[in-house]
Formats: sequence, C-alpha cells, structure tokens
Amino acid sequence: MNRAHLARLVGTYGVLIALVALILFGWLRYENFLSPFNVTTVVRYNSMFALVALGMCFVIMTGGIDLSVGSTAALGSVAAALSSHFGIIPGIAAGIGVGVLVGAINGLLVTRANIMPFVATLCTLLAASGSALLLSGQTSVPVSSTSGFISIGTGALWIVPIPTAVALIAYALGSLVLNYTATGRTVLAIGGNEDASRLMGLPVARVIFLVYLTSGALAGLAGVLLAALGYAGQPTEGVGWELFAIAAVVVGGTLLTGGSGSVITTLAGVLLLGILFNVLNFENGEGWITLSAAWQSVVRGLFLLAVILLQASLTRSPQKKKV
Amino acid sequence: MVGGPALARGTSMADGLLLSMRGIDKRFAGIPALTDASLEVEPGEVHALIGQNGAGKSTMIKVLTGYHRRDDGDVAFDGKPFEVSSPQQAQAGGISTIYQEINLVPLRSVTENICLGRETRRMGLLDWRAMHAEAERLLGRFRVKVDVRRPLMDFSTATQQMVAIARAIGFSARLVIMDEPTSSLDEQEVAVLFNVIRQLRADGVSVIFVSHKLDELYEVCDRVTIMRDGRTVRTARMTEISKLELVSQMLGRDVAKTEGQTTSFSRPAQASDGEVVLEGRSLAAGQSVHDVSFRLRRGEIASFAGLLGAGRTETARLIFGADHPRAGGLSLDGKGFTPAHPRDAIAAGFGFVSEDRKLEGIVPEMSVAENMTLALLPRISRNGVVDEKRQREVVNHFIKELGIKCSGPGQRIRELSGGNQQKVLLARWLAMDPKLLILDEPTRGIDVGAKGEIQRLIRSLADSGLTVLMISSELEEVAEGADRVFVLREGRTVAEFAGDEISEDRILAAMAQGHITHEDPTR
Repeated sequence: MNRAHLARLVGTYGVLIALVALILFGWLRYENFLSPFNVTTVVRYNSMFALVALGMCFVIMTGGIDLSVGSTAALGSVAAALSSHFGIIPGIAAGIGVGVLVGAINGLLVTRANIMPFVATLCTLLAASGSALLLSGQTSVPVSSTSGFISIGTGALWIVPIPTAVALIAYALGSLVLNYTATGRTVLAIGGNEDASRLMGLPVARVIFLVYLTSGALAGLAGVLLAALGYAGQPTEGVGWELFAIAAVVVGGTLLTGGSGSVITTLAGVLLLGILFNVLNFENGEGWITLSAAWQSVVRGLFLLAVILLQASLTRSPQKKKV
Repeated sequence: MVGGPALARGTSMADGLLLSMRGIDKRFAGIPALTDASLEVEPGEVHALIGQNGAGKSTMIKVLTGYHRRDDGDVAFDGKPFEVSSPQQAQAGGISTIYQEINLVPLRSVTENICLGRETRRMGLLDWRAMHAEAERLLGRFRVKVDVRRPLMDFSTATQQMVAIARAIGFSARLVIMDEPTSSLDEQEVAVLFNVIRQLRADGVSVIFVSHKLDELYEVCDRVTIMRDGRTVRTARMTEISKLELVSQMLGRDVAKTEGQTTSFSRPAQASDGEVVLEGRSLAAGQSVHDVSFRLRRGEIASFAGLLGAGRTETARLIFGADHPRAGGLSLDGKGFTPAHPRDAIAAGFGFVSEDRKLEGIVPEMSVAENMTLALLPRISRNGVVDEKRQREVVNHFIKELGIKCSGPGQRIRELSGGNQQKVLLARWLAMDPKLLILDEPTRGIDVGAKGEIQRLIRSLADSGLTVLMISSELEEVAEGADRVFVLREGRTVAEFAGDEISEDRILAAMAQGHITHEDPTR
C-alpha cells in the first residue's frame, strides 16, 4: 500500500476512528455522557451545523468557499420567525427562501461576474447580516407560539429529534447526489480541474451555481431550525458558523482545494467537533480543570490543526511510482 | 452507448473531405493571426499540422473547436457547415481535442475521466458497474489494462493520454486533434501512441497531429499542412515532400535563393579562437535534451539553432542551473561546473535573459532603475541598505550606454517599448559584469528598428570580450549574427559551424536531416 493510498484511507476513515475513540473516551470517563438526554441534546443542536457543513462540503469540493452561511442562517431564522405567524409552512418556506436568494446571488457573483468565491461570499455575509438586523429591528423576533412552528425544534420522530431527522435526510440525499448523479461527479471534476472540466464539455457554470444555491438553501433551513430551537429569530446568531463548517469539512477529509471529498465523513467531522465541545463541557463539570470558553476555543483550534497537519503530511508525499 | 467511431459514410460529402477550412481570417485587436488560411482533412487520414511559433497552428485549431470566433472563411465538417462556439459543441459535433497538457481531472478515477458527460444511468442514478466496463472496453482497444477505479494521477503521462483518447473515442469523435502529444512521452510510449493512432485511422477516424518532431511526422502522418505567418503555405503528401523542403517552407527560407543581409549583425570574417569558457559534454535532461555538446569561447557569439522542441532553451536552463542534467557535464574554464541553483551560475558570472520577458523578466510596476538593479542589489547594499548613489550611477551609466529611451530612471518599465524593456534586462546582467550572457530569443516581439540596435549591441558586447550564447528562432539572426552555430535536433547536437562555414542552407539542412550534407542543398 503506497502513501497516497494510505492518505486516502486516513482521509476517509481517520475521522470515523477519531469519532469512535472520542465517544468511547466520553462513555468511559463521564457517567451521563451517553444518557438519552445528553445524546439527543448534542444531536439536536448540532443538526444546524450539520446542514450548513453539508452545503459547505459541496462548495469546497468545487474548489470554492461560502463565508455567508452563518449570516444567511441568521437571516433565515428572522424570516422564519416573522412568517411563522402565518403558519408552519410559510415559516419554513420563508427561511429556506431567503437562503435560496442569498445562495443564488452568490452563485451569480461567482459564475457570471467572475468574482472570487471568498470575496463574493464575504460581501453577501455582510449584506445578509445587515438585512437580518434591519428585518428584525435589531432584536430577536419571537416565533408564533400557536402555529406549531416550535414543534420543529422540540418534536421527535419516534426517538429521533426532528432537526436531527432533517439533517440525516439531507445527508442521505447529499451522499446519493454526490456518488450517483452526474451533477455530483461534475462537482468533484470541477474542483479537481476547472479548466479541464470545461474542456471536457461539462456544465461547469451551472453546477457551480447550483452548489452555491444549495449551500444557501441549507443555511436557510438551518435558520429555520435555529428559530424553532431558540423560539425566536436571532439576527446576531450565526457568527463563526462558516468557520465551524469549514473546519468540519476539512476534518472530514475533504480537500480544501477541491476535487476530492465525502459527505458522510463531513457529518462525522461535524459530530467530532460537536462532541469535542460536549466533552470539554463534561470535563469542566468533573472539576479537575476549568476550561473557559476561550480555552475551549484554543483546544478546538489545536485539535483541528493536528488533524490537518496529519492529512497534509500524508498527502504531500512525493509522487509515487506510476503504473 | 456505443463507443465505436462512426465510419466515414460519405456520399453526401462534397469532394470526399471530412474537414474543410477555407479562407479563414482571424484578427486579434486588429493584428492578423490568420490570413486566408486553409486546412483540409480526408476521412481516415493522419494529417500533420506544422509551423513555427506564431505561425497560426493553435489559432487555427482554436477557430475549429469554437474557442475563437473566426472573422471570415468557411468551415465544413462531414460536408455540412460546421458552426460551433465552444469546445463542448465541437465535441458533440464529432471533433475532440487532446491538449498538450493533458486536460483531465487527476484526482478523479479513470472511469469518471472517460465517461463524465455521457454517463450510463439506471433508474436515474449512475450505473457505476456499466461505466467501469465501458471505460475498460475503450482502453482495451488500445491494449491498456488498468484499474479504472483508481484516480488518474496514479498513472503515467502516457496512460493518461490513452485515457484522453479513450474519452474522445467514447464521444464518437470522427476527428481527433492531438496537440504535441509526444512532447512528454518516452520512446516506448510514443510507439504505443502511434499504434493507437494507426488503430484510429483503421477505424476511419481522422487525426490532426501537431508536432515539431520531423521524424514522427514521417512515421505516422499521411499528409502535412505547413503554416507560416498565419497563412497556409503548402499541403502535401508526406511521401512527396523532403524534410529539407518541409523545414524551409516552415521557416520561409527558400533554399534555392540566397538573400542579402537582413539583420544588423556583422561578423568578423575569421572564426574567433578565444579560449574555451564553457564546455558542455553529452548533456541529457528531461524528455527534450538527449546528447548536447558545445564549447563556448571567449568574445564570441555562439548560437543554438533548431526547431521548436529541439532542446535549445532546455540546454540553456541546464547551463544556468535552473535544471539539472541526468547525464553529461559542464566545465567552466577547464574545471568541472555543476550549478545546483541559478545562484551558483550567477556567482560564476553568468547572466540569463529569458525568452519570456513578461513572465520571467521584468517586474512591470517597478521603475527602470529598480528593474535594472534587482540582481545587483546585494552588491550595492551595505547592511541591507541600498547605496542609492551607487545605484543611480549604475543606472545612469547604462541608460546612456545602451541608449535606453525613457523619461528617467524612475519611469515604470511597463510604459517602455519592448526593445527598451529588453535593454533594461540586458543592463541588469551587464551591471553584474558577467563573462557569459545567455540570451533566449533576444529580439522577439521587438520592432524592426530596435531589433537592429539590440543586434549591434550584442555584437559590441562580444567584441569587448563577453561570451554570448544566443538562442533564436529567426534563422537569419543566427546565420548572420553568430560566430559559431550548434545545430540541435531532437535533443542532440548534430552539427557545428564556425565563421564562414555558417550559412542558412547548411543550418537548414542540419535542422531537417540531422546530418551535414555536403552536396548542394537545393537538389
């Protein structure tokens, strides 16, 4: 087995192994770690991040980046909260709708105006964030308590919280699209070599547009969950979500330069980062050490760096013998 | 999904041609790139397209594949007008192009690279099993057996090329354009590629083959179209045209006619006999330098002559330490010299003015003075601080000495003409007081008047004792300017001429045939 092959394996399974190890560690060390309450809480709240990371995963696989997801989610939560008074469906539709709108703008800026994704989505980040404040009057907007909108956050299908079910369905569809549709393979081809993809006759602009559109829609959907879970549209939430999403995607073994990646390991990346956060909280509760929020952030950063260095050292190996 | 190429079914085809491009005009910003150019390809033939840099080959191909829109002229494919506005449409219309740098996606699997764009589906989802089988079947036609599930980057360049061809065939291409397909292949791989090309021809697929390697053209091509200065100058069967004719048509040098002086070079009648400064013995490197030997003498202009891809620039890069030879060696003033890095070559007193001013030479936003003293800075600085007085002296000296036309040392270099930019680059190295100056295409892209000035300047530098190695695609520049000419052909030195032995005819013959003919080359 050569290094490239090994690198691919580490990229695919490394995050799963780390995830299992972390769960085992938590289970052995903390009494209530696998209690139904802790588990459902973790998976309920991380489902928002999971949706954002799924969109980010597709964007990154094309070699792009979407910085606007956090403020799009905030805007989505405000729009959903405001519309929730007309009923549960209008609430959901409004949240996703503004997400689609932001995503479409991103897509057009990148494919038509040829603006670098980093810059284009930085602009929409600011614009969406401002729009969320304007729309909400700079304060959180309560959701309707009568339309049943809140049950999106609190409800469960059998034992699975609804937000988690939504995320799982999204990931299943994402995996199917990536692995079994031409569009999915084109996403990877574009990230691998955009010029070549164009010369190969693939619909490059259309697929890039779709990817940003999807990322926006998923961020909007995350906004709907945010409003439902917090009982309010929260215009100032979502700060740093894009960084969490990028981190989860990268930890999941997707190349930041595009062309290679996986949906399932992105989900594992989300869970890994989310559970790491949870473990740090438990550790604080043990009383041995006290990690402030600031230190937790440092620990997460170092952890991320360690994973990325491992990946880089394996993928940067010199060109191996060719067949 | 049938991957087999459609056979030429041709009753509807006018005059039996698969492709006919006639009267093609194309201008870029008013400057003609193609003028009344034509190209005709018969069904099931391998057609060579050759010409020097800037002759219009690439433009012609890009017009055909819809990358450029032509200004005038007609294109017919399979007897019908062929109007496309993108390579995608050309591909759908039956014309596939395999580019010099293989344009596939290295990270993705062989199967994806072959099948993406015409996937097999079952119930709306990709049918991987069928796609893998299809990829294996297409590659199997060329006797290539690889694990098609593995990423393309795991395989050699030659295999990647086969994948590109398999992709073209999978798209039922009837005309495959190959742009210098052999430039990164070794001999065995070339042989495999040629078998594939013959297989394509047997299947009725036509190939346009762009290459600078004459022997290859004769080995695999049926006919040749020669382009020069944006025009088609000749189309002939390979069997009816000699290598010498081919090269002289390509370079526009009529072997029968001797012309007067066309450059501003003058050469002393006697070959110089200065001591040998730099010697190269049987240098080999990469895919384009195989056996190059030369001796450069003090105070003379030596020149590497050869067609594109003969290994001229590559050899110069070896001398300058930018690349490293795999065999053979250099000696400087009689002692072994192995530059590991251009720094070593500079320390030894070498200067290199590269072929591409814009890419490797000037820093456009910096001033004339800054550009000129970039390489000199360490020498005119004390504790990292530039001695501005010294800098001014040096800059003013060279502006005067070389007659650089600028508003002053502070003018930005991008505002200067090509000729004056080139002089600044020359000054950059002259300020280092070099003993060997390598000039790669020193007069390319410079107007006629400035050309003469540069040529006179190069001569006077040599007269003052500098050794100059000049690489030029302009035959007359080499023939009239150099004291000594080394002719390179496909990575090998095949001839050396000095002093009065130098003539365009002899150089041409050596470039074309690889050996010196002592008979009259017009015959």
